[in-house]
Amino acid sequence: MKQFMVFVRKEFYHVFRDRRTLLILFGLPVMQILLFGYALTTEIKNAQIIIVDHAGDAASGKLIAMISASKYFNISQQAYADDDIYTDFKKGAAKCALVFPAGFGNDLRNGQVAQLQIITDATDPNTAKTLTNYLTAIVTDYQQQINPTANIPMRIEPVTRMLYNPALNGSMNFVPGVMALVLMIICTTLTSVSIVREKEMGTMEILLVSPFKPVYVVLAKAVPYLVLAMVDFVIILLLSILALEMPVRGNLLLLFMESTLFIISCLSLGLLISSVTRSQQTAMMVSMMGMMLPTILFTGFIFPLENMPLPLQLISNLLPSRWFYVIVKAVMLKGLGIGVVWKETLVLAGMTLVLLTISIKSFKTRLA
Amino acid sequence: MRTLRLLLEKEFRQIFRDKGLLPVIFVMPMIQLLIMPLAANFDVKHINLAVVDRDHSTYTQQMVAKIASSGYFFIKGYYTDYTPALHQVEQEKADIILEIPAHFERDLVKENKAAVYLAADAINGTKAGLGSAYLNTILGDFNNEIRMKWLPVKMPGAGTIDVTYSNWFNPNMNYRLYMVPGILVLLVTMVGGFIAALNIVKEKEMGTIEQINVTPIKKWQFILGKLIPFWVIGMVDFSLGLLLARFVYGIIPLGSLLLLYSFLAVYLVALLGFGLLISTYSANQLQAMFVAFFFIMIFMLMSGLFVSVDNMPGWAKVIAKLTPVTHFIDVMRMIVLKGSRFADIKMQFLYEIAFAVVLNGWAIWNYRKTA
Repeated sequence: MKQFMVFVRKEFYHVFRDRRTLLILFGLPVMQILLFGYALTTEIKNAQIIIVDHAGDAASGKLIAMISASKYFNISQQAYADDDIYTDFKKGAAKCALVFPAGFGNDLRNGQVAQLQIITDATDPNTAKTLTNYLTAIVTDYQQQINPTANIPMRIEPVTRMLYNPALNGSMNFVPGVMALVLMIICTTLTSVSIVREKEMGTMEILLVSPFKPVYVVLAKAVPYLVLAMVDFVIILLLSILALEMPVRGNLLLLFMESTLFIISCLSLGLLISSVTRSQQTAMMVSMMGMMLPTILFTGFIFPLENMPLPLQLISNLLPSRWFYVIVKAVMLKGLGIGVVWKETLVLAGMTLVLLTISIKSFKTRLA
Repeated sequence: MRTLRLLLEKEFRQIFRDKGLLPVIFVMPMIQLLIMPLAANFDVKHINLAVVDRDHSTYTQQMVAKIASSGYFFIKGYYTDYTPALHQVEQEKADIILEIPAHFERDLVKENKAAVYLAADAINGTKAGLGSAYLNTILGDFNNEIRMKWLPVKMPGAGTIDVTYSNWFNPNMNYRLYMVPGILVLLVTMVGGFIAALNIVKEKEMGTIEQINVTPIKKWQFILGKLIPFWVIGMVDFSLGLLLARFVYGIIPLGSLLLLYSFLAVYLVALLGFGLLISTYSANQLQAMFVAFFFIMIFMLMSGLFVSVDNMPGWAKVIAKLTPVTHFIDVMRMIVLKGSRFADIKMQFLYEIAFAVVLNGWAIWNYRKTA
């Protein structure tokens, strides 16, 4: 045990001697969480819309006024010809268009069916669909205004409540996701370099001839990073509470313990990468190149996991961040306890155990 | 010229000697391009619904059946109380609770109106918003159906508006058309950005840079010698990806390939200049990697691929405009999906050229000062 502490101390020296890296390690997550917390939102605002008004009557005027009053749309310019839509879409200057045929208001007044055309640039299907929904909702609103429904018989009136996030604040979803993403990448990369650096520098030989079990060499390397990552987590958490106004509805201690478990699982993954690669460059490329996109896609904070084909859902289960994200949402935002997240916790714990075992085992075989 | 050729030979040898690195540069991105687009689907089409039915009438049964047959909703369970339904939401097993109060049917017939209550897990605001909007539409349809059954007379008054929809450039609303080109850009960006960021600093760490510094190589020759091999790697990776997009996803660029490749060529110079710049400032590979990670993550998340740039606050839009990736993803989509021409992407081209000049100039200027 004493020997182990000596090793841990040596590793601490290594880490804390490099001030610039430390600065980067604390500075970057802070900036990222602030940047993404404020900037990322899937809510659509101010989308450029082209209005082609061949009718030019009171009805079309009223509808255009309603569209321009909504926060979703910016009317780019009126008085367009149909061809301009194509040109503007190609330039990326607008996302959708609304075409009023001549006689729109007349048809409506005479109790006939008035035509209206919504055209979207569907290269981005998500935006196209959402904008179509917003436009349709505005048209429905307008129709209700001219066709009062107040005394229509047999009305079903849906009353909607938004749980946990009544203001539909985008950062509620993104902050826990970015938290999981940032911690995952940083922790994995940190340890992935640690062993391979000693291999590359030749100092590993010295460690291996010492009368010291290789297991401890590996573990001692992970300890300083564990401390660093936990400090990082606390900073990120404080920021999201103070700056991004995220609530902490559940038990803080539980949240902290879960994060520690998550951090350990990522560090173990890094150790595994480190013991199977031969150069720092390769180790870092594997942990960055190999982890970044999958972590963004499979954590579930941008794309819903349940939309994915089954094999991909299974792959997503292999990522620690996917489980941590669920835990953070449950504990932090929903205020739930271990009674609800015990399953996710067990999965994380199991993963950590497996990753640690494999990395220690594969480290040993390299000794022989 | 001969100096440059020798430098290039050295760099290429170094890259191809590292057998661990090659699969990471060429195979891993392609595997990701095969898998990732399948995962990237925003479509909200799988909403789990917990139903709390306190009425148990014919109407509530018909209503739930109609919701279930819409294709958007999966009925996760029926409850007679709110609490167990809320538990489903807490455990992420349900997204929305539909609560039908007691006497729903009686109220609807006798009082002429009845309320139903929706409670959505709004941590993911998009899903909650779209889900309850869908549900509202279905409820509205159901409402009309039963009304028509009871009072089959059309209400007098103004006309109705019939909305037709057309979705240009991607009429089937296929997500892959949208994601594959974007993900290819990200993959090329990661390979190029990381590998360039690590390179000069690696020589610093290994001490080999001293040997180069004592030779009469000019700064720009050195930087160019570093840049060209990675530029070639980027070109190869991109071409492989384009072939994959063609044969696996059936995506064939509508616009000119020449235009696409000219843009790529400039883009890669800008990106690699950026990587080399990071490298000249860093003291070791770990530092370089983290700085590169920091910026590339910003490039990725703010590029408009995952989250549309239009929705961001003004200052964030400025940041998005100042990242080379945003413009390339834009241009990639425009050329591949819309067949846009040079005139359409002129602005993006100018941005990219400016990035290339500034970043590389800076890297050349900064190199050796710190070495």
